[in-house]
Amino acid sequence: MAAISREEVAHLARLSRLAVTEEELDTFAGQLDVILQAVAQVGEVAAADIPPTSHSVPLTNIFREDVVTPCLTPEEALSGAPDAEDQRFRVPRILTEDVAS
Amino acid sequence: MSDLISMTATEIAALVAGGETSAVEVTQAHLDRIAAVDDRVHAFLHVDTEGALAAARAVDERRAAGEELGPLAGVPVAVKDVLATRGVPTTVGSKILEGWRPPYDATIVQRLREAGTVMLGKTNMDEFAMGSSTEYSAYGPTHNPWDLSRIPGGSGGGSAAALAAYEAPLAIGSDTGGSIRQPGAVTGTVGAKPTYGGTSRYGLVAFSSSLDTPGPCARTVLDAALLHQVIGGHDPRDSTSIPQPVPDVVAAAKLGATGDLTGVRLGIVTEFVGEGAEPGVMAAFRESVDALTKMGAEVVEVSCPTFAYALPAYYLIAPSECSSNLARFDGVRFGLRVGDDGNRSLEEVMSLTREAGFGPEVKRRIMIGTYALSSGYYDAYYGQAQKVRTLITRDFNAAFERVDALISPTTPSVAFPMGARTADPYQMYLADLYTIPTNLYGGPGISVPCGLSEGLPVGLQVMAPTMADDRMYRVAAALESAVGTFTPPAL
Repeated sequence: MAAISREEVAHLARLSRLAVTEEELDTFAGQLDVILQAVAQVGEVAAADIPPTSHSVPLTNIFREDVVTPCLTPEEALSGAPDAEDQRFRVPRILTEDVAS
Repeated sequence: MSDLISMTATEIAALVAGGETSAVEVTQAHLDRIAAVDDRVHAFLHVDTEGALAAARAVDERRAAGEELGPLAGVPVAVKDVLATRGVPTTVGSKILEGWRPPYDATIVQRLREAGTVMLGKTNMDEFAMGSSTEYSAYGPTHNPWDLSRIPGGSGGGSAAALAAYEAPLAIGSDTGGSIRQPGAVTGTVGAKPTYGGTSRYGLVAFSSSLDTPGPCARTVLDAALLHQVIGGHDPRDSTSIPQPVPDVVAAAKLGATGDLTGVRLGIVTEFVGEGAEPGVMAAFRESVDALTKMGAEVVEVSCPTFAYALPAYYLIAPSECSSNLARFDGVRFGLRVGDDGNRSLEEVMSLTREAGFGPEVKRRIMIGTYALSSGYYDAYYGQAQKVRTLITRDFNAAFERVDALISPTTPSVAFPMGARTADPYQMYLADLYTIPTNLYGGPGISVPCGLSEGLPVGLQVMAPTMADDRMYRVAAALESAVGTFTPPAL
């Protein structure tokens, strides 16, 4: 049985902000199905009482000294931006007309 | 081939320090070699000729002024394109960062500069370090110098191929699931993954933050140790950096090179010497085990039953973290922006940008991660994988109560032909079968050349407990002293 359908892959692509093509959907659906069926093997391990590990280094609340050090100028920080204006990153439209009004 | 390019980093540094050659001469010899062979190897995405020669001149001036030089001063190094280099293009092998020149240096790059090493350029890699063959680079694959029709491993195939092709004596890689060790194994070079947190991730383009570990690549174990010492150690800019000094890996490599392993207990991972590995790989591994035993090591088999689930756990954890990390590529602060015609919304522009900028493997992993983190699937996939990670760590801890280090072949096969696995993404994942457990546990691992199978290099992996990086260098250097180093046919 397939672990994932073409429609579910289309939904994942939307959640992932990937404007995939119809052709890609066909390819990805089959490939993701193979991968998901393989990784689902983790379910064979009896681990109900086992605590999860998110990280191998048991460090928490790490701070460095609050001292002023050199940092990027606005020009440097914006140097890789696709679009900038008045020392700010310029972005495409965020709100629609009716929401804005 | 000029003598300067066939030398080890140790030899080059000694000649430069003694004034018998100059850093500029050494650098020019390597730049000439790159010009002669890299159109066939394609190890480099960017060669920084001017920057390299300027850095070399600075070393020569410091020496002329009588300044004390560090142990690697004047030695050229190739840097994987995953590390930010100020003013020098950094693409992570992706179109989404094409043309990006970072305004700052990664901590490791800064340390390389301070040590007087000479950065030759940036090496090719699978896009965002996702892959095991360097065929997923958006800028075309790298070829294995042993056989140009075969893959050089991945994701750090560029760094490993640069070493094997004598384009650089040292290189930097990053290892999330084997991306330093597996390319090392299939190119006959040395690749070390330090303890997680032992090398700084500041300025390393993030793929899977709980696993990503930058580290050294070289043609000898001692050279790798020297590079490890230079780049390692605590960095206040990385909150997961371990606030302890680097174990003395250089002394350990020198100790190992004496060829005496008396009192060292080694465990062969039972699960990694079964039917999964090619016969030629197993033959080279078995001969190496004999060599280690002759040098005094006590070798036993150790079973780590949960390692069988490391690959599926990894291919849930790493994509989950990747799907979150790569959200930053939104076409706003750096890199590509597509479809911004004044009418489209931010979300539409973002989706078009990511569609155009990411390659197929990156898209697959983002979607797998998004799936594994979705409510309804989280417990069965990501949550369960994290529990398996705990059990893998317990297997390591139990093993290290019995032995000082674990050993296995680094990879199940020698370098495979280009194109052999690109149509089947899961087959590609299997190249990392033996290297992944170490990443999930967080300890160090090294691949050292141990023999040839049908004329292609085989690597042996040594895995040590967290912050015992010195142990793996000792064992690797001992093996190297017994089996020697391996030189590919002339290019």
